[in-house]
Amino acid sequence: MKLENTDALNALKAQSLKLIETRRVADSVSTKNAQGLVRHVMVCGGPGCHSSGSPRIAELLEEELERLGLSEQVKVFQPGCFGFCEKGPMIEIHPDNATYCEVSAEDVPTIVEEHFIQGNQVERLLYMDPNTRERFSTNLPFYDGQLRIALRNVGYIAPENILEYIAADGYQALAKVLFRMTPLEVIDVLKESGLRGRGGAGFPTGTKWEFTRRSQADQRYIICNADEGDPGAFMDRSVLEGDPHSVLEAMLIAGAAIGASEGFIYVRAEYPAAIHRLQVAIAQAREYGLLGTAILGSDLNFDIQLKYGAGAFVCGEETALIHSIEGTRGEPSVKPPFPAQKGLWGKPTCVNNVETLANIPPIILKGAEWFSSIGTEKSKGTKVFALAGKVNNVGLVEVPMGTTLRKIIFDIGGGIKQHKTFKAAQTGGPSGGCIPTKYLDTPIDYESLTAIGSMMGSGGLIVLDEEDCMVNIAKFFQEFTMDESCGRCTACRVGTKRLHEILTKITEGTGTLEDLDKMEKLCHIIKDTALCGLGQSAPNPILSTLKYFRDEYIAHIVDKTCPAGVCKSLLRYEITDKCVGCTLCVKKCPMNCITGSLKKIHVIDQERCLKCGACMEQCRVIGAINHH
Amino acid sequence: MDIQLTINDISLKVPEGMTILDAARTVDIDIPTLCYLKLNEMHYNNNIASCRVCMVEVEGRRNLASSCSTPVASGMVVKTDSLRAIQARRTMVELLLSDHPKSCLTCAKNMDCELRSLAAELGVRAIGYEGVESEFEIDHSSFSIVRDPNKCIRCRRCETMCNDVQTVGVYSAVGRGFETVVKTAFDLPLSKTACTFCGQCIAVCPTGALTELDQVDKVWKALNDPNQFVVVQTAPAVRVALGEGFGLEPGTIVTGKMVAALRRLGFDRVFDTDFAADLTIMEEATELVHRIQHGGRLPLLTSCCPAWVKFFEHQFPDLLDIPSTCKSPHEMLGVLIKSYYAKTLGIDPKTITVVSVMPCVAKKYEAARPELAQSGEIADVDIVISTRELARMIREASIHFDHLKDQEFDHPLGESTGAAVIFGATGGVLEAALRTAYEVLTGETLEKVEFEALRGMNGIKEAVIPIAGRDYRIAVIHGLGNARTVLEKIQAGEINYDVIEIMACPGGCIGGGGQPYHHGNMEIVAARADAIYREDRAKPLRKSHQNLAILGLYKDYLGEPYGKKAHQLLHTSYTGRKKI
Amino acid sequence: MCDTASTNEFAQKLDDYIDSLPFKKENLIGILHYAQEIYGYLPDNVQWHIAQKLDIPSAKVYGVVSFYSFFTMIPRGEHVVNVCMGTACFVRGGDKLKDELENQLKIKAGETTPDNLFTLETLRCVGACGLAPVMIVDGKVHGRMHEAQEINEVLAKYRPES
Ligand SMILES: Cc1cc2nc3c(=O)[nH]c(=O)nc-3n(C[C@H](O)[C@H](O)[C@H](O)COP(=O)(O)O)c2cc1C
Ligand code: SF4
Ligand code: SF4
Ligand code: SF4
Ligand code: SF4
Ligand code: SF4
Ligand code: SF4
Ligand code: SF4
Ligand code: SF4
Ligand code: FES
Ligand code: FES
Ligand code: FES
Repeated sequence: MKLENTDALNALKAQSLKLIETRRVADSVSTKNAQGLVRHVMVCGGPGCHSSGSPRIAELLEEELERLGLSEQVKVFQPGCFGFCEKGPMIEIHPDNATYCEVSAEDVPTIVEEHFIQGNQVERLLYMDPNTRERFSTNLPFYDGQLRIALRNVGYIAPENILEYIAADGYQALAKVLFRMTPLEVIDVLKESGLRGRGGAGFPTGTKWEFTRRSQADQRYIICNADEGDPGAFMDRSVLEGDPHSVLEAMLIAGAAIGASEGFIYVRAEYPAAIHRLQVAIAQAREYGLLGTAILGSDLNFDIQLKYGAGAFVCGEETALIHSIEGTRGEPSVKPPFPAQKGLWGKPTCVNNVETLANIPPIILKGAEWFSSIGTEKSKGTKVFALAGKVNNVGLVEVPMGTTLRKIIFDIGGGIKQHKTFKAAQTGGPSGGCIPTKYLDTPIDYESLTAIGSMMGSGGLIVLDEEDCMVNIAKFFQEFTMDESCGRCTACRVGTKRLHEILTKITEGTGTLEDLDKMEKLCHIIKDTALCGLGQSAPNPILSTLKYFRDEYIAHIVDKTCPAGVCKSLLRYEITDKCVGCTLCVKKCPMNCITGSLKKIHVIDQERCLKCGACMEQCRVIGAINHH
Repeated sequence: MDIQLTINDISLKVPEGMTILDAARTVDIDIPTLCYLKLNEMHYNNNIASCRVCMVEVEGRRNLASSCSTPVASGMVVKTDSLRAIQARRTMVELLLSDHPKSCLTCAKNMDCELRSLAAELGVRAIGYEGVESEFEIDHSSFSIVRDPNKCIRCRRCETMCNDVQTVGVYSAVGRGFETVVKTAFDLPLSKTACTFCGQCIAVCPTGALTELDQVDKVWKALNDPNQFVVVQTAPAVRVALGEGFGLEPGTIVTGKMVAALRRLGFDRVFDTDFAADLTIMEEATELVHRIQHGGRLPLLTSCCPAWVKFFEHQFPDLLDIPSTCKSPHEMLGVLIKSYYAKTLGIDPKTITVVSVMPCVAKKYEAARPELAQSGEIADVDIVISTRELARMIREASIHFDHLKDQEFDHPLGESTGAAVIFGATGGVLEAALRTAYEVLTGETLEKVEFEALRGMNGIKEAVIPIAGRDYRIAVIHGLGNARTVLEKIQAGEINYDVIEIMACPGGCIGGGGQPYHHGNMEIVAARADAIYREDRAKPLRKSHQNLAILGLYKDYLGEPYGKKAHQLLHTSYTGRKKI
Repeated sequence: MCDTASTNEFAQKLDDYIDSLPFKKENLIGILHYAQEIYGYLPDNVQWHIAQKLDIPSAKVYGVVSFYSFFTMIPRGEHVVNVCMGTACFVRGGDKLKDELENQLKIKAGETTPDNLFTLETLRCVGACGLAPVMIVDGKVHGRMHEAQEINEVLAKYRPES
């Protein structure tokens, strides 16, 4: 059914509103009062919850409701990620606004019985603040201070139903652009909004669109960069899975503004669920005439093709991505020419990140002023962070730019796991750096992160605690960039290898202070000479850890110890006088290097010890074995 | 539109789109480069900016810029000699060397290696970074080329040459990260690929990663074997390039000195492949006339370039009946030495070793083709060495090349005309053929023997030449990519010719893969072409059919051109091969 | 391994797919994905065939296949075990999980067990960072894999009952 014009779109929207009406009830209605309303049970289908069994829960819920004849009154949906992945599988019930955490298949009968039949909340499944032990049925502290723009529909609508997207103002921004704005006005709104690329570099989106539009050509292309290579970031995936139409709509807007009739979404092959959602969304959009020719009766023709990555981080870099779409090795090329001048098949091409695109429809609808009122002076709007690592509440967090790290980690994130001490936050993935405690109160935006030696990057935010060795973290990232280097240029192909070798030496206790200087010098030269962003930023994790945690490097080199107790070669397993001589450890030692007789203090032969830790594991209860 | 910029405090104006590197060169600032190579004449442009050696500082830029690939911009302020740029450059070379064998002393490229000279120029005195070095097997599989990927610096010049210019596509960058290297499909040895052995990848490789298969010792051995009668022949293009190996100006003609040097080296006879070039004209011209008269398939394609022969065997196996069946000139001469000349001398052909000195590495492979041997065992040519190898032999033998007195080739297989010598340059074969065809077909004397339309570096040259009432449509092609373009058009029925000359190398054999390295300076190749035409002008006879020794050969031994005996000795056949 | 009949059938499927594409050379990566799906891996002859069909040098195809880690030139085992080596998993013990899997399967990452049952590989972040460290068997994510015992239990599910 092709939508011929805006009126048809609006009519469809009016019709579809009932689909999500229940979820739109603003304030919490008490469970009792809500009886009689059709309820919506939203079972998180995000990557985390999905992995821990949410599809099964949804299935069981449906079966149970069916069995009890409640299918008409209670409907089950599987939307995208709610953000609070740590507590998954999560369930939200509308309009009651009850949120259940860590639900398991066994809980299903209880939920149905208690919540839907008895009308009581299942107390034990409500979120409990670990410190105050207070339970929350709604307004979880995790969501305090968050503002969802890019993720506005994620977890809220059923992603495989275009009607729900349309009901949630979907394609309204496109209609506005097509009939009430000129392309230049669209670009002006973007420029005024202050939206900057969320893919890493933070380049002003409006300006990029303008450049692309200005390049003379018979064809231009729009590419959505859905390669999401940062290991430990999954916000783009969540948007693609939870709200694919917002990306399609934004690409259509870009097509209209830039003068392009073809778009490509370059998506990682590792994201099959996202690919499926996109396929469904594209098919539906075509069916409704929202992709194709004469869209909504306008003169815009635009279609979108999916292109799959094949496991190369560097293909997130835009020139490499373009080469990959063209069917060749995903090697970057020198800029200029920029894709906006000469991109896909030599034509002007605008490459935008998923999250960037997801911001665009609301900006068009609500205006530049609204968006630019959020955030800091130079970084407007919100940013989604994938909060992970040693933090209590792992998940997706969307906060206004300028929110402090402390707020994200300690308030939203609920602090450090197991009450350990915060050591650093790693942002920007392999291109970024580690931020020490003293900068916890820095309001984070593009500039401030760069100023303290890190990067916004795509929004990976990994929390590290006292048990993380910073040299080892630097080595981890170096190994990543070394493996992912495309191998084209000397600086990165050989340089990252040499950096990794020096780091390995240091973690093995054979590094020297000269190595440290050599490594630092090489880092600066690689930044200066590498061909693309991968190499240019590859030394960042080393430079930032050297800057803030130099003492840890020195400890490895001079004292031959790993202060965090991570680097195996530098560990010494020792048996203290707590030993009760139970001989448990002796049996487990693969090297047979523990000696001692029953009820006597045992000793480890350091020469032969492999540092495998098996003995310590055995002695966990008594705790007689230490390592340092 | 001109762009105004400043390089090292020199203010200059250059056209828009120019790179910093080229702009700097206009004011005599030469920024070192390694991967970058542009050969305009061949439409070869290796601009992948991989080595990161040409780095310069640009005011206001966060990082350094690679000058080979960064276009100038208005108001740009460039420093090519800042400490930051110099250190970066040196570090790039150090990093390359950290993953490179330090075996310059024994390396075939030694004095011609761009990496080695760069290290010297940049004052690399220690390799600051050490670590794992790549370990690849050396590919000795072919008769022409040795590939040592351990010495590869991933400049991709060979890949660009083989893919973009020759369109053979033997190489690609393979793997990722530190393991990346330029390789063949599925790591096949070169001998199992569609490589034509044109050697153009060797010609552009800046290091010892690609070199010719060295046959010098085999020649020494033959020369020192009292039971062998060792005959040498030299191709036309060698005499105009060999001098470069001794520091002489490119384009110096050293025919006489070369002959003298070969005698000094101990060859029993010094013959000239030019003789066989004249012979080729007789055969090929007759073959053309035969095809025209008997309604044979046209165009006739020349077949004196073995790289081109192997190219069409792989790429156009359905066209095997259109190339001329003539063997290449040195093979013709080889077989004559071992038959006709052996008979004259009264010695067993098995005791004769024929050594060809060629501008070419494909001819090494060609000599080993089984069909190019009498009764399948006596190879027409035993050993092929390149111009470069000969230069080295001469040095090895402590011969003071430029002090040598000119000497003449031996008779009778050393006789030749000007038509033969121009075989060395693109267009020469057809020009020589026309000189003969005209006179044979019209019975008149050709006054103006130069066919300018067939000369020069244009990749595809065409002409229509009327002879005796028939228009001959001819084309001259050099570079295999150009050959592909034309052959595909012929296949598609879009164009046709009567005869086409095809040479694999840029400029023909003067630009062969076995010639002294030009290091990207195509003026050297142009100077060799000049010399070829000078040599032609200096010859008393300039038409193949005037070569009295050739006429004698037909009379005494071969009979008719393109006749039975000639067929048996001077013609060959082709084999269809797979594209790999 | 596949018999000739199925090999022919595979080749036919692949050809049909390539023939159905409006653009061929540009779709090399998509074609390789498809070929790997049917053959399970990309042996030399399949790469060569694709090169012929698309009229591009086989060296180029090989260059592409060897560039992308998603493509494999050796057959994988029946079950593919992936360890997440993303940052979130790494800081929560992803490397220990990898060591343990290598230990239990007695192979290194990138290898296949001699009985062809398991191939062990690594990948980066599957978006289940909340469950770090995670392993993925045949696409199914198993989270919070800290204990050797748990790992063993997961693997056991994929072993044939004996
Ligand atoms: C090594 C490297 C990897 C990158 N990976 C991604 C990625 O996975 N996703 C992404 O959107 N941008 C990535 N980028 C940034 C892109 O090159 C490009 O700047 C971005 O897609 C532009 O979109 P934006 O302006 O909307 O951010 C990467 C850049 C580099 C240098
Ligand atoms: S910096 Fe690294 S990834 Fe980028 S082009 Fe160079 S080698 Fe490739
Ligand atoms: S397990 Fe612990 S307590 Fe028991 S012998 Fe070993 S060190 Fe001592
Ligand atoms: S760490 Fe391992 S090798 Fe060392 S003593 Fe303990 S069990 Fe034995
Ligand atoms: S290639 Fe050059 S640098 Fe390498 S060993 Fe040979 S001469 Fe030395
Ligand atoms: S250049 Fe140096 S290393 Fe080489 S031979 Fe001479 S002295 Fe020895
Ligand atoms: S010799 Fe010629 S055909 Fe062979 S690889 Fe080199 S350039 Fe290609
Ligand atoms: S083989 Fe030679 S030309 Fe080819 S990439 Fe290596 S160094 Fe460059
Ligand atoms: S053009 Fe001459 S040098 Fe080049 S391959 Fe052919 S015969 Fe050899
Ligand atoms: S996946 Fe369910 S909350 Fe993130
Ligand atoms: S010469 Fe410029 S990067 Fe190699
Ligand atoms: S890092 Fe392992 S799932 Fe994200």
